[in-house]
This record gives sequence, structure tokens and C-alpha cells, in this order.
Amino acid sequence: MNLWLVLAVNSVTLGGLLFLLSAGFSLIFGLMKIPNLTHGSFFMLGAYLATSLIAHGVDFWTAAVVGGLLVAVFGGIVERLILRRLAGAELAQVLVTLGLSFMIADVCLMVWTGDPIRIATPSALRGATSVAGLGFPTYRLAISLIAVVFAVALWALLDRTRLGAMIRAGVDDPAMARVVGIRVSRLFTVVFCLGAWLAGFAGVIGGPILSVYPGLDGEMLPLALVVVILGGSGSLLGSLVGSFVVGFLYNFGQAMFPELAYVVLFLPMLIVLVVRPQGLFGRPAA
Amino acid sequence: MATRIGRREFLAGTAGAMAVATLPAPAISQSKPVHIGLLTVKTGPLAAGGIHTGGNPAGTKTKTQELVERDHVDMIFGPLAAFELLAITDYAAQAKMPILSLAAAEDMTQRRPNPYFVRASATSSQNMHPLADYAAKELKFKRVITIADDFAFGHEQMAGFQRVFEDAGGRVVKKLWPPLVTPDYTPYLAQISGVDAVVQGFAGSNPLKFMKQYQDQGLKLPVLGGGPAGDEALLKSYGDEAVGMISVSAYTGDLDTPSNKRFIDGIVRDYGNIPGLYAAGLYINGMVAEAALEKTGGKTDDREAFIRALRAVALVDTPRGPFSFDHFGNVVGTFYIRRCERKGDKLVNTTIKTYPKVSQFWTYDEKWFLAQPVYSRDYPPLKS
Amino acid sequence: MSRLALGVALAILAAVPYWVGGTYYVNIASQVLFYAILALGVNVLAGYAGLVSLGHAGLFGIAAYAGARIMNEGYGPVGVTVGALAVTLLASAIFAVLALRGTGLGFVMITVALGQIVWGVAYRWISITNGDNGIAIRGRPSPLGLSLTSPAGFYWATLVVFLLAVATMAVFVASPFGASVRGTRDQPRRMNALGYHVWMIRFLAFLFSGFWSGVAGLLYLYYNQFVSPQAVALTASAEALLMVIAGGTATLLGPIAGAALVVIMKNVVSAYIERWNFVLGAIFVAIVVFMPDGLVPGARRLWRWARASARPALRSVG
Repeated sequence: MNLWLVLAVNSVTLGGLLFLLSAGFSLIFGLMKIPNLTHGSFFMLGAYLATSLIAHGVDFWTAAVVGGLLVAVFGGIVERLILRRLAGAELAQVLVTLGLSFMIADVCLMVWTGDPIRIATPSALRGATSVAGLGFPTYRLAISLIAVVFAVALWALLDRTRLGAMIRAGVDDPAMARVVGIRVSRLFTVVFCLGAWLAGFAGVIGGPILSVYPGLDGEMLPLALVVVILGGSGSLLGSLVGSFVVGFLYNFGQAMFPELAYVVLFLPMLIVLVVRPQGLFGRPAA
Repeated sequence: MATRIGRREFLAGTAGAMAVATLPAPAISQSKPVHIGLLTVKTGPLAAGGIHTGGNPAGTKTKTQELVERDHVDMIFGPLAAFELLAITDYAAQAKMPILSLAAAEDMTQRRPNPYFVRASATSSQNMHPLADYAAKELKFKRVITIADDFAFGHEQMAGFQRVFEDAGGRVVKKLWPPLVTPDYTPYLAQISGVDAVVQGFAGSNPLKFMKQYQDQGLKLPVLGGGPAGDEALLKSYGDEAVGMISVSAYTGDLDTPSNKRFIDGIVRDYGNIPGLYAAGLYINGMVAEAALEKTGGKTDDREAFIRALRAVALVDTPRGPFSFDHFGNVVGTFYIRRCERKGDKLVNTTIKTYPKVSQFWTYDEKWFLAQPVYSRDYPPLKS
Repeated sequence: MSRLALGVALAILAAVPYWVGGTYYVNIASQVLFYAILALGVNVLAGYAGLVSLGHAGLFGIAAYAGARIMNEGYGPVGVTVGALAVTLLASAIFAVLALRGTGLGFVMITVALGQIVWGVAYRWISITNGDNGIAIRGRPSPLGLSLTSPAGFYWATLVVFLLAVATMAVFVASPFGASVRGTRDQPRRMNALGYHVWMIRFLAFLFSGFWSGVAGLLYLYYNQFVSPQAVALTASAEALLMVIAGGTATLLGPIAGAALVVIMKNVVSAYIERWNFVLGAIFVAIVVFMPDGLVPGARRLWRWARASARPALRSVG
């Protein structure tokens, strides 16, 4: 039964990567009600930026942090210049974020060409680690660990800091948050940058597994979407659980029901939406 | 729109979504210049048929109409992806427009032929027949698992491998089909065990992702790959995980002929890149067109005569070696089995066996072959 | 006055094959028309009912696939049309029942999931859809003995269907039903309190929207004589929505202008501009930022502003 064990472990590692990707998406979606269709582009952009940094001699982890930061700066600019004009206009947000994702994809194609680019696994994490007599890719195990660290850190941020309290207030009731003097506008920028940073960072972290190529943005965005819908938006626990649920669905679904490989994610998403529109962990809409 | 570009630029040109090139007609010709429409994808040679981004049959149809009706081209090079070709084949046949395509769809030169179609590259399975022969007879593999993109090109490749491999006494024990867009292959990799080798038929950027994850998963079985998997243009993106991979191709970088040397030097000088299968395919199409035009004195007005001339082309010194065409317009040529090796800081393919004069029907009788169903996901079926 | 304008517009549209300069552009014009029909259909939901669908390419594609299958079984144009539209209406009803579980972003997400599932089926259910290779049909039909093979013939047939669609939309907008659909968008609770069955109104609007998407899908099939999974991809749904938003939601002319913009951008401009994906994206961003209501209302406002600022100048002259 090695197969099942391999799948289970990989479900956890994929879940970890998806959590990094979708935590920001969920926060942005939950707090700002923006369906940020550039989130997959942020993921891809972070990875591409890191390949350039690494080519200039920067080490992998620095490249991941800095790549994420560059994406965050870009995200901040987009939020301040464009998205804030569109508060509450879902349609316009969908259109703008989609338009931006076209532009980012085309710029990436221009700068980094159409060839796939490989990101080397950091040397300390190459090879396999033996768990229960089975070898597992060390790097993938490390991703799970990174996700856990980030989950704890984000939880502490949201639950233990003043900023976190403001974000939670904003998610629960933006109007009331404004009334009690929270500067929701600045909060939005901070959250959007944080979300963009997480996506860019995740892109780099995912690089050694996925490599970087045109179209990566479109592959990752639906995964983030499914995670957030399954978990419910604006809930950290929701995106954590949603990520692991998707990780398991993806691994076991593809291995056990190859006939359903194309709907293995969207069918559960549809069922959840129809039965429980607010997601497994979201709160019912007011 | 009819940009005048030099031959070499044009032949390597996979940059524009569509372009019209003007080939200077051969010297013997007094007639007008020849216009060639180029249908390809924007994402560079490695988009491998535009499967990930550019490919859109309806768009291809419109572009083709533009080339035929507005630009009045004399022939079309492209498209790369099978579904794009299938979307335009009826229209192009009606318009009597010669197409020199790199798309591999089997039935285009088999059960659904287009009389104005010429394919100097290969059908999906034409590569895989010799690879299967090599795997069974030289490598003495008995049992393999195949894994390929879940679309027609993958299906046809693996089915061709299966037929020849099993006829030589081997056995395909499992066929895995990850969707074209599969970020993580682990659910499939976890199912690989208990065989002599793995045959992969990925295209685009997928071979890269697959080989990396294959190595990460600690799998050590030998890997056999199709044309796109071991493509010269992809080698620079691979790491050590590709060393030892055995692949088959209609074009190989280490073929020592004057024209291959000219071709590679030209591309490296102008683009700074090692060319692969797709650039070579376009270049060879250019040679085919040139040879046919020489025969017709640069005339293309009589489409029947021109297509006859195209299909009668037989060349010896080309980047892919000698080849000619069968009566469906499909290539009969040499195929190369190569092993990927590290030379210094670079990966290269070293040819370990050549199969000359390979037809799309391999060694099978044409009538028998065509009477069988077309290669597909479920045909030939797995033996239980 | 407006009747005269309408007459002139009709004459110009009918004469397109004579002045547009070549069959290539006639074909582009046909594409504009059937994509405009799709956009009009999407607009019923996205504009008038306030329900943003990102799954309409699914309905468009279902009609095309159903039409191709029925046609390849040997049925004539009537059988194909009736059969394909019946299948599309059934699919619309299923879509509607599921999607109307949510509103706002929930509705968007459910339609995304539905569209993706249709795509997965089109791609994977090879025995029905022929997978990624798609289904080809042999030639265009000849309804009432009229040949649609020539680009101009097809254009005129599409134009007739298009005018029918526009007329139906105009009637719909002016009708009590249209008013009640807008009511469910703006004041769903009040509508409910007034005794309207909000769900049923939205359901019927969905069917109406799905019907025209299906008509567009059939025309797409006849035009290309080919359908493959790309027709039902998420990008196709997004494009349809882009047409509506770019042109102006909840207006009659907006989706038509949007369809023209997108089709022309995609096919004509892309041949001249290397980085047209970038340009396309930039245009959408610009429209949203500078013309938030879309092209048609934006242009109208610009026109009014221009007239208003021109008038004092005229007066001072006079």
C-alpha cells in the first residue's frame, strides 16, 4: 500500500503550496470582496522574477523573499491606482483583473520568452528523506513545513496583533469598521500587498517542482479559486483546510478516478457552492 | 502585410502568430514572387504546437481565411497543433491551398487525407514505431508503462508504440493519461512500478516538469521519450534528470551533414539558440517548397501541378537526412534514436541508432494498417 | 428622425458585403454578428438581471456540439436547429437551477464551475465529442434552399438572425417582464414583498439568455464547420463577458459594440500588432477606468458633453 502513503504525503505537500497561494487570495476576496483574477499572474511573476535574480547569483531563499516583495510592490500600485476606484463593482473588478492578467502574461512572454525555465532545488533540500521506510522528496516535505510556519505566523498576525484585529473587523463588517475609526482604505492596500507577496513567494517556492512557463498563471488561478470556495473566503482556517482538501482531492482523485480527472476539483466545488454557498468555513452572507 | 523577409529569418521565424513571407523565386523564374503564409503560435518553438497558449481552432480558421482570401498566398506553412490543422483542412482543401504542416495528426495522411497536404515531419506514431522496435529488440525491455498528455497527439504516439512493442513480444502494462494541464504529476508517478522502463510522450513544457518530478520522486527506471521530449531546443532547460533519457526524433542535432551544419550555425548566429525539431521542420518545409518551385519554374498557378511537384520532392542533404514522400504526402525518411548525455556543462543528444526510410505504416501492409481503427486513447486496447 | 437613422443603419448593414472590401472582411463581419448575439444573451443576465455569468461559453458550446452531432446523424437544418436549441434550453435550465443558489460572487463562481465541467466533458468524453480533435461538419446547411456557402450568403443569414435577436431584446427590455428582471436586480427584497417570484423571474431570464447563447453557438458551428473544446473554455466565457462590459451593460447597443471591438481586435489588429494580448488587456483596463459604464454610454456622455460645450460657442457666433 505504498501508493496510498505516497499520495497522502503528497496531498499534504501540495496542500501546503496551495495554502501559500490561496491565503492571500482568500484575504483579498474576504476583506475587499475583489475576485482577484491576477492572483495566478502574481504567482507566475514571482517565479519569473526569481529566475532572473537567481541567474544574477542571488540565492534561492533571498530570491523567494525579494521576488515576492517585487510582486507586492506591483500589487500595491495596482490596488492604489486602479482597484480602489472600483470598490463594490464586481464586474469591473473581474474585467480589470482579467485585463491585467493578459498584460502580465504578455510582458512575461516578452521578457522571459516562451521557453520553460527551471528553478533548481536548493542544494540542502535535494534528494529524498526516508519516512517509515519510504523515500519522499525532501523539498516537498520542506514546503509542508513552510506552509505550517506561515499558517501559524498568519494566524498570529490576524489573531494577536492590532492589524489583525482591524482586518478581522473589516472582513466581518466593513461599514462598522469605518465607523469605529479604522482606516479601511489603508488596510485594503496592506492586505492586497500581503496577498500579492504571498502569491509571488509561493510561485518561487513552487518553482523547483513546477518550473516556470507561459500559462502557469492560468493553471494556478483555478486551484486558488477552488480552495477559497471550498474553504470559504476571508477565513484563514478555511483556506488552510480548503488547501489540504484540494491537495487530497487532487492526488487521490486523479489516481483513483482517472476518468474524472477533469472534474475532480470542480465537481466538489460545485456541490459545496450549491449546498453551502458560503463555503465550508465561511459565514453566511449578511 | 506581405513583409519581405530573408529566407533564414523566415525559416526560423516562429515569433509572429501569422506572417506572410515572400520567397525570392528561383533564378530561372521570370514570374512574380511567391507568397507563403505562416501559421504558428506566439509563444516560441517550445510551445510545441501551441497546446498551452496560442492554439485556438476558430482563430486559426480566421487567420487561414485571411491568408487565402486577403493576402492570396501560394501556400501555407503550419499550423503546429493537430486540432488547428483539423479545423482548417476542409476549408484549405476547398480553396486548393497547399499546406506544409508540422502537425502530427495521423488521419491527415491516412483515413482522412487532404490532396493538398504535405508533411515532411512525421505522424504522431511514425516516431514511436522505431522507438518501440529499439526498446524491444536492442534494449530487450519486456514490460513498460506509458504516460503521455491526454490529447490526440499523446494518444496516437503511445498507441503506435504499443502496437510495435507488443508485436515484438513486449507488453504495455499500464497507460497513464494526465490532463494537458497537470501542475503535479505525483498522483501518476506514484503508480509507476514493476516494469523495465517508462515511455513518456509529453509535449510543450510538460516533459521538463515531468522529468524533474520523476527524479524528485526517486524513480530510477529508464525513460524513453518521443520527439518533443528530447528536443534539442528543450535541452538547455533540463538539468541532470534528463541524462540517460532515450528519445526518438525525425531531426537530431548531431547529424553530420553540410546542410544541418549550415542550418544550426545560421540559427545560432541569428538567434543565439540551439534549434530543435520545430525550427528544423520549418526550414525543411522551406527546402521542399524551394525544390518544388524549381521544378515548376516558380509557378504555383496550376495548383494540381504544384502539389504534384511538392509531393515528388526527394532530397538527400537536409538537416534531417534523406527523405521523400508517399502518395498521401507524408514523409518517408530517417528517424534517429538518441541518448541524452552531459558534455561539459551542456546536455546533448548522441545518436545511437538510425532507422532509414521509415514510412508512416512502419513495416505493416498499408491496406491492413488503414483497415484498422485510427490510433487512439483506447486503441489498441490493453491486453488483460 | 430615429426611424430614418434605423433605416440607414439597416441599409449599411445589409450592404456590408459590397463595401467592406473582400470576403475576408465579410467573414469578420459575420463573426461580429454572431458574437454580438452571444453578448446580447449574456447581457440579459449580466446587465439587466445583475447576475454575472462566467459559464456562458458552456451553453454556446453545448449548442454547437449538439448541432454538430445531430447534423452528422443526417438531419436537416430544421432538425438541427430545433434539436440543438432544445438541448441548450435544457442545459440552461440545469445551469439556472444550480447557479441561482447563489447571487453576486457566488453566482459567478458556480457558473465558472459549470463552465469548467462542460469543458472537461467536451475534452474527455471522446466517444461523444471526439476530444481535443473536435467535430467537423460537412458544409453549411441550406435552409429554404438558400445556400449559405458563400461568405456573403452566410453574412446575410446571420444578419437576419441578428436583427431578430436585437428586436427580441428591444421587446424584452420594454416589456413588463424586462422591468421585473431589472427590479430583481435593483430591489430584490422589495420585489419579493410586492409578490413577485424573484427566483422564477431570474430563472426565466436565464433561459432567455441561454437561448440566445445557443443560437450564437449554432451560428458559430455553421460558420467554422467545426467545434472543439476551445469553444467552451473559460477564456471564451470571459471574452463574452468582456464584450458586454466593454460595450456597456444593460444597454441594447453596448454588447454589439463590445463584440465588434473584441472580434476586430482579435482578428484584424492582432495581425499588425505583435503584442496584441497586452494591448487587449490594456484596452479593457482603460475602458473600466475611464469609461466605467462601457463604450456606448461613455461615448454617449462624451457626445453630450461635446454638444453642451459647443452650444455656447455657437450662440456667441450667432
